[in-house]
Amino acid sequence: MKMRRTPKLVSLGLAALLLGSTLGACGSDDDETVLHVYAAASLKTTFEQLADEFEDQHDDVEVEFNFAGSSDLVSQIQNGAGADVFASADEANMTKLVDDDLAADAPQLFATNTLIIAVPKGNPAGITSLADLAKSGVKLVVCAPEVPCGAAAGRAEAAAELDWKPVSEEASVTDVLNKVITGEADAGLVYVTDVIAAGDKVEGIAFPEAEATLNKYPIATVKGSDNEKLANAFADLVLSEKGRSILEGAGFALP
Amino acid sequence: MSEPSSVGLPRWVFLPALLGAAFVLVPLLAIVARVDWTNFLALVTSESSVAALWLSLRTATVSTLLCVLMGVPMATVLARTRFPGQGLLRSLVLLPLVLPPVVGGIALLYTFGRRGLLGHSMEVLGIEIAFSTTAVVLAQTFVALPFLVVSLEGALRTAGERYERVAATLGASPGTVLRRITLPLVMPGLASGAVLAFARCLGEFGATITFAGSLQGVTRTLPLEIYLQRETDPDAAVALSLVLVLVAVVVLGWARRGGRAW
Repeated sequence: MKMRRTPKLVSLGLAALLLGSTLGACGSDDDETVLHVYAAASLKTTFEQLADEFEDQHDDVEVEFNFAGSSDLVSQIQNGAGADVFASADEANMTKLVDDDLAADAPQLFATNTLIIAVPKGNPAGITSLADLAKSGVKLVVCAPEVPCGAAAGRAEAAAELDWKPVSEEASVTDVLNKVITGEADAGLVYVTDVIAAGDKVEGIAFPEAEATLNKYPIATVKGSDNEKLANAFADLVLSEKGRSILEGAGFALP
Repeated sequence: MSEPSSVGLPRWVFLPALLGAAFVLVPLLAIVARVDWTNFLALVTSESSVAALWLSLRTATVSTLLCVLMGVPMATVLARTRFPGQGLLRSLVLLPLVLPPVVGGIALLYTFGRRGLLGHSMEVLGIEIAFSTTAVVLAQTFVALPFLVVSLEGALRTAGERYERVAATLGASPGTVLRRITLPLVMPGLASGAVLAFARCLGEFGATITFAGSLQGVTRTLPLEIYLQRETDPDAAVALSLVLVLVAVVVLGWARRGGRAW
């Protein structure tokens, strides 16, 4: 995003307004260091496990998460949010951080994810392959092309030489999954990890074109972090054997 | 004004009042400051933007009509009758006013969804609501209806029942009283209630994205389009936000004028 000069009066007013809220928000213990980790929403379960591990290893350190869509997180960091670590669900959003000179070091890949067909329990529409998704009468829900899971879905569509007509193009993979869990949709394209996390609420159907949907997850520490050492230590933990086994357990593949 | 000179206010009142006004206005100015003016027209007239704006205006209009059709009788019943459990009923039907819209969306999903309370029987009848523009209208009506009911009920109570009683003693039937006395008296209240409901429909996001989905020209209203554009084209999101702000300003301005004319 291009930064535009904000008129002085506007910034002054904003500063005055925000002063009160920031003063109030920073009320944590004095002797406890808080590490702010901004991570893609799909990393929630695994990163929370990693944080428990991290807090056990480091006394008086608390890991605080901001889980959201990767592009949301980048734009928050670009607008001055105090992130120490950023873990993105795709390389495009990490590139935005690097291009704005906000990454303290070169981003490292720590996981990959591919898409899978999710169908409601019992597979009412009898889906067995990608080609079935393009059949008329099948209510297919995918992510919008603007978000990483939608871009990946588009690659699957192209790889299978199909032309499907989704009934909805959602802004997040969570929304796609929910439409499948509730049975509103006959099928949806979500990440392998989403189907595993959803347990027996949905069924996953793998497809041979999945390789085209590979999404790579990079992690980097954020420039200007107050806790550079800790930030590096957290990134190291994600890349460690321990981190890899937690990620693998959730269904991520390793680079 | 021919009123006796007003009492005036203590001076300190103006400081928090000004702060409050700034709190609302500064973020709006911040949007204006961020707009990419050179490309503004191109951004807001792109195919997806126009489709979203058109869909928003259409659905908000239909939803407001539904709100009037159901809300006027609701407000009249609440304001002019007394029955056991009325207070509780009022609180319950006004619930969407305080519920997060996403909760409304979930509730609608489990009512009108394919596996919902009514969804199955509707599917048997050949009515499919999931992922249709109808779903958008339902979501908007659900969240906006209480706005109309609250403002109209307030207007009805303020207007009082004196004229209605007089009309009734002069032999007017309840239908005539409602048509010739009650409703004309509260027209300004009804108009401002309808406008509030329309504005709420235009801004509806949470219930729509939870219940209706998001597809260009079918279910992707302007707020959903803005939410999606942020992902790849923040400039377009800002430009569309300004459009939504302008539409809201026009609607509210028109409401003020309308209210006075009546």
